[in-house]
Amino acid sequence: MKKTKAAKGLLALSQQEELVDLPTNYPLSASEDEGDSDGERKHQKLLEAIGSLDGKNRWKLPERSEASLTVSEFNVSSEGSGEKLALSDLLGPVKPSPSLAAVKKQLSRVKSKKTLELPLNKAEVEQIHREVAFSKTSQTLSKWDSVVQKNREAEQLVFPMKKESSSFAPIEHVFSDWKARTPLEQEVFNLLHKNKQPVTDPLLTPVEKASLKAMSLEEAKIRRAELQRARALQSYYEARARRMKKIKSKKYHKIAKKGKAKKAIKDFEQLRKVDPNAALEELEKLEKARMMERMSLKHQNSGKWAKSKAIMAKYDLQARQAMQEQLAKNKELTQKLQVVSESEEEGGADEEEALVPDVVNEVQMNADGPNPWMLRSCNRDAKEVEIQADSEEPPEPVVHEFSENEGNEKPMEEEDVLLREFEERRSIRKQSKLNQNPEPVGGQETKDSTSKEVLSELRALSKKLSKENHLSKKQKESSAKTVLLVQEEEPAPEEEEPLLLQRPQRVQTVEKLEELGKEDSLPNKELPRAAAEGEQMRRSPQYLLKGKKKEQMISLQNLLTSRTPSVTSLAVPTTVEELEDEVEREQKQMIKEAFAGDDVIKEFLKEKREAIQASKPKDVDLTLPGWGEWGGMDLKPSAKKRRRFLIKAPEGPPRKDKNLPNVIISEKRNIHAAAHQVRVLPYPFTHHQQFERTIQNPIGSTWNTQRAFQKLTAPKVVTKAGHIIKPIKAEDVGYRSSSRSDMSVMQNNPKQHSKHQNQLKKSSTD
Amino acid sequence: METAPKPGRGAPPKDGEPQAKRKKPRRYWEEEAAPAAAGASPGPPRKKAKTRDPRPPRSKSVRIAKKSRFCQKPQTPKNAPDQKKKPQRTLSGAQDPFPGPAPAPVEEARKFCRIDKSRALPHSKPKTRSRLETAEAQEEEASVRAARAELLLTEEPGFLEGEDGEDTAKILQTDIVEAVDIASAAKHFDLNLRQFGPYRLNYSRTGRHLALGGRRGHVAALDWVTKKLMCEINVMEAVQDIHFLHSEALLAVAQNRWLYIYDNQGIELHCIRRCDRATRLEFLPFHFLLATCSETGFLTYLDVSVGKIVTALNARAGRLSVMAQNPYNAVIHLGHSNGTVSLWSPAVKEPLAKILCHRGAVRAVAVDSTGTYMATSGLDHQLKIFDLRGTFQPLSARTLPQGAGHLAFSQRGLLAAGMGDVVNIWTGQGQASSPSLEQPYLTHRLSGRVHGLQFCPFEDVLGVGHSGGISSMLVPGSAEPNFDGLENNPYRSRKQRQEWEVKALLEKVPAELICLDPRALAEVDVVSLEQQKKERIERLGYDPDAKAAFQPKAKQKGRSSTASLVKRKRKVMDQEHRDKVRQSLEQQQQQQKQETSKPTGARPSALDRFVR
Repeated sequence: MKKTKAAKGLLALSQQEELVDLPTNYPLSASEDEGDSDGERKHQKLLEAIGSLDGKNRWKLPERSEASLTVSEFNVSSEGSGEKLALSDLLGPVKPSPSLAAVKKQLSRVKSKKTLELPLNKAEVEQIHREVAFSKTSQTLSKWDSVVQKNREAEQLVFPMKKESSSFAPIEHVFSDWKARTPLEQEVFNLLHKNKQPVTDPLLTPVEKASLKAMSLEEAKIRRAELQRARALQSYYEARARRMKKIKSKKYHKIAKKGKAKKAIKDFEQLRKVDPNAALEELEKLEKARMMERMSLKHQNSGKWAKSKAIMAKYDLQARQAMQEQLAKNKELTQKLQVVSESEEEGGADEEEALVPDVVNEVQMNADGPNPWMLRSCNRDAKEVEIQADSEEPPEPVVHEFSENEGNEKPMEEEDVLLREFEERRSIRKQSKLNQNPEPVGGQETKDSTSKEVLSELRALSKKLSKENHLSKKQKESSAKTVLLVQEEEPAPEEEEPLLLQRPQRVQTVEKLEELGKEDSLPNKELPRAAAEGEQMRRSPQYLLKGKKKEQMISLQNLLTSRTPSVTSLAVPTTVEELEDEVEREQKQMIKEAFAGDDVIKEFLKEKREAIQASKPKDVDLTLPGWGEWGGMDLKPSAKKRRRFLIKAPEGPPRKDKNLPNVIISEKRNIHAAAHQVRVLPYPFTHHQQFERTIQNPIGSTWNTQRAFQKLTAPKVVTKAGHIIKPIKAEDVGYRSSSRSDMSVMQNNPKQHSKHQNQLKKSSTD
Repeated sequence: METAPKPGRGAPPKDGEPQAKRKKPRRYWEEEAAPAAAGASPGPPRKKAKTRDPRPPRSKSVRIAKKSRFCQKPQTPKNAPDQKKKPQRTLSGAQDPFPGPAPAPVEEARKFCRIDKSRALPHSKPKTRSRLETAEAQEEEASVRAARAELLLTEEPGFLEGEDGEDTAKILQTDIVEAVDIASAAKHFDLNLRQFGPYRLNYSRTGRHLALGGRRGHVAALDWVTKKLMCEINVMEAVQDIHFLHSEALLAVAQNRWLYIYDNQGIELHCIRRCDRATRLEFLPFHFLLATCSETGFLTYLDVSVGKIVTALNARAGRLSVMAQNPYNAVIHLGHSNGTVSLWSPAVKEPLAKILCHRGAVRAVAVDSTGTYMATSGLDHQLKIFDLRGTFQPLSARTLPQGAGHLAFSQRGLLAAGMGDVVNIWTGQGQASSPSLEQPYLTHRLSGRVHGLQFCPFEDVLGVGHSGGISSMLVPGSAEPNFDGLENNPYRSRKQRQEWEVKALLEKVPAELICLDPRALAEVDVVSLEQQKKERIERLGYDPDAKAAFQPKAKQKGRSSTASLVKRKRKVMDQEHRDKVRQSLEQQQQQQKQETSKPTGARPSALDRFVR
């Protein structure tokens, strides 16, 4: 606002210079306006107004309005000039006299110096120092991280950590008195000596050694400098190349390309003159590129990009151009080179020269070396010839191919026929198999089913027989009879089999088949368990419906009562002459046998039930009789209340013998053994399974070979007796020693160091 | 004492057969043709080798080559170090004929791998993972070394094999004795001791010594290989059982009233009155425990190294007369009259497990050396083989004509059963498979009823005590052919025995460590671990390991109002809950899938209702 207004005022002033009164709303000089109004003042004001146009609000120097008593040199006011007091103003009037030259010099020095910045406050400075010191220290220390890590993970540390020179001592050093004795050895050594080959140190020949020694420090330095320079140059070059690569200007590239082409042609020409063979090679290279192109179709319009461009080409000029360019490239690359003998080439060149004026040729060269259109126009005839040659050439191989194809086709056909025959045969076989299959399968089925049936029948029989057995056993008086009985019983299944074969059962489902397979695969078909299951399945279809859990449960009754095949023993124990007491025992056994029965199973089941009950966690009943209701002798708390105050114990894990009817496994913990078990997980492990896995492998010498045992029980740290174990040094781990000295310096006066750093930092920021 | 037929008497025990089975590795200085010739010919003269060999020669297994109808199992060629394609050249020009590290047989190494990698581990931190990796690497290295050391087990077990379907059970002992070498033939003998009733017998752990105790008080100990008698006494009391203690120098005899301990001179050292009326003895060699079961129904463990009774457990099942030990985990198996077999450890007052095996009383129990199989026979004339690996289910069962009164497993898993005066032996199909009861491998008839059976360790011999004395029969392939010289050295001298005794005593396993699964000791005690954790949480008042509860971050511009904070908290909580529910649902679905995918057997047909 102000500015515009001031500008307006200025305009007004410039328009009418003689105008006396300024507009009353002129802000800057409103008060003074009323004072005096002479021309000088006005001019001053104008200047001021112009000065205020600058944009920035200039700081107006305070005007002294009242006279002060003391006029000091420090209060020199520059009023009037409207500027700061400069040194030159002071120096200006001073006459160039030799006495004042020194002062002038001094003053000029003062002028050149800059003012110092205010120092930071102490806390900040210290903080910066600390930060720098920390970063520096951590950097120095981080060098050791890998070493520390390695040592922590090392299986064994050996102290003192002195590296032994592991270099192989030459055999002569080891056996100083060893000498080449046999003629062969002597010959070998003679040969080695003659050729100055290393005998003692097999690594370096004397020449190599000398060369190694020859390199002095200066040489090394020079060499290093050279290398550095080369590296620097390389980096510059790389940077330049990168920069150039980034240039997007088309014009630049055009020019660059042209230049390159020109250069290439020039070079080639030169090469042809100087070294025709190399030129031929170049040509061959070109030929090779052509071949590659012809083979690869890289620049044909078949690529993804090209296809997209082809779509766009209809509408987009650029796309069209790009396509054409690509095509041109393809043509250029696929163009046959004129490989002619030198004389011919020269002649050709002459002809060309004769035909076309130099200028045109040059233009062609200049305009577009790689321009395919131009080239084509130039070499059209050559190309035509080429095409003809091409057209002549291809038919032959094609014919060949055809013939080959025919040749191939015949065997192919034959093969096909054969294959077809095979297929047919196979299919026939398959069919036949399918036809046959039912038979063996059925056979198997019948077999299996028969075996099953045998078992089930046996089971059924056994129940009947068990009763009979009771009777018969009672009747039995000597074991010889039992033997007889067993022998009688043996053939029974065999007799039954034919009967059973008459009504074989078909297995309907795949599952059943599988089951049968399983049964077959079992080592003993007579397994009472399997048999029992088979029977169970047959007997009660509901049993199957009940599911898997029930299936696992084995009927105890079946387990024990299942009949097992008897052994066909060659030698039947004779029981003829027996001592009296043995007869007695036999009789006792007989009686026991006779009365041994189902009560065994019942007892066992009862025992198991009791064990289960005992191991079950007990519920807690917190009902208080008489609390909230009547209490008394015959009164019991209501069921509802009991239910409410009954705290059910959490169900423990399932018993180990849950599905094993014939087993009671004690769930009691062996606390004595538990005392020997690990009960605290060591540090890096979070789950007990992890730790268990690490201790599963035994380390004792009972389970391991001696070497393995020694290795497994090797101590973590090995120290040599009588040796001082010094702290690790940088040299020990292959660092240069300065890192450590650096650190020590750092620790001694970190402030200094950091100050230095600080300064460096500042200078860099400035 | 009289010994009946002694074919090998007088003749010093000689090497049964030249053991020229192993081909000598070819050395680089040898010619190419030489080893081929050596391979074809019986080899270099054995004299030199014999003199070099420090240990006395001995036939480990009965090898039968003379008769055509016996054929030895074809020797499986041990994977010889396969020659590398390109031997490296050395400075001297000599070639290393076996370049690279020694080859390690992978399959054999797998046998020694003990880390159970089937169980998946919870996610572990890198530090933990590195520990696990080192453990696995160690295991691998140790197993490879062990597999390489297998090369040192030079002996291989042999078996009888019938020629085209011939039943080996028909081969008589006399046939075998005729066929084998004279040293092996000497191992078959009969002691004719009709006077002092049925005999119990026991071989020492090295298989060198034999103790026998007759019912009518006859106690003797002898080095049965050389037939050298160590002592022979009559205790003038009924002898129930006899057993060697940790070495052949001590002998425990269960007599009519009490348990006595004699030394090898026959001098009575101790009379242990707390073990009264003992019927059977078992010695746990690594724990130095003598387990006795008594007529009074007690199972007593006596620590013979300190002479203290460790525990006396009341089995509460009447008279105990059937006992066997599981060599794998030192658990004692007791057979009871109610058809059950109970498993006992001295640390637990109740049986570790109880298995109902037979309908009648259990007559004999035996456990194989790997602790995998248990054979039981009962009064119901059945012989059953149980799987002891967790399930305790019968694997196979057979009815025997008269039932087996005594059972014994050999080191290589052959099962012998004594039925009346007949001994039947069954074999399995291979190592570590249960003996198949289809066909007996051997049968032998004795002159009296069997009263004690034991396979001799490290010798293909079965010792049978019967009412007519003792007979030692040859059972090819029964024993482990390679012995551990540091553990059970049959040829050890007195000094060596004493050294071994000290070492064994130092390595004595505490009695309370006996449990069903000895590998469980290498597991973390999860119960007390959790207990400790709980206590710690109680003490601290918070769970230090628990994940910190979600605390919403303070946000600016009025978005950190109480309501929005609560909302954000709620959101996170809900998200977690949703995740949990999703997981459980997925699990359920998987379970269902598994259930449905499993074949449920044949579907019941409608006609099944008519099946009776």
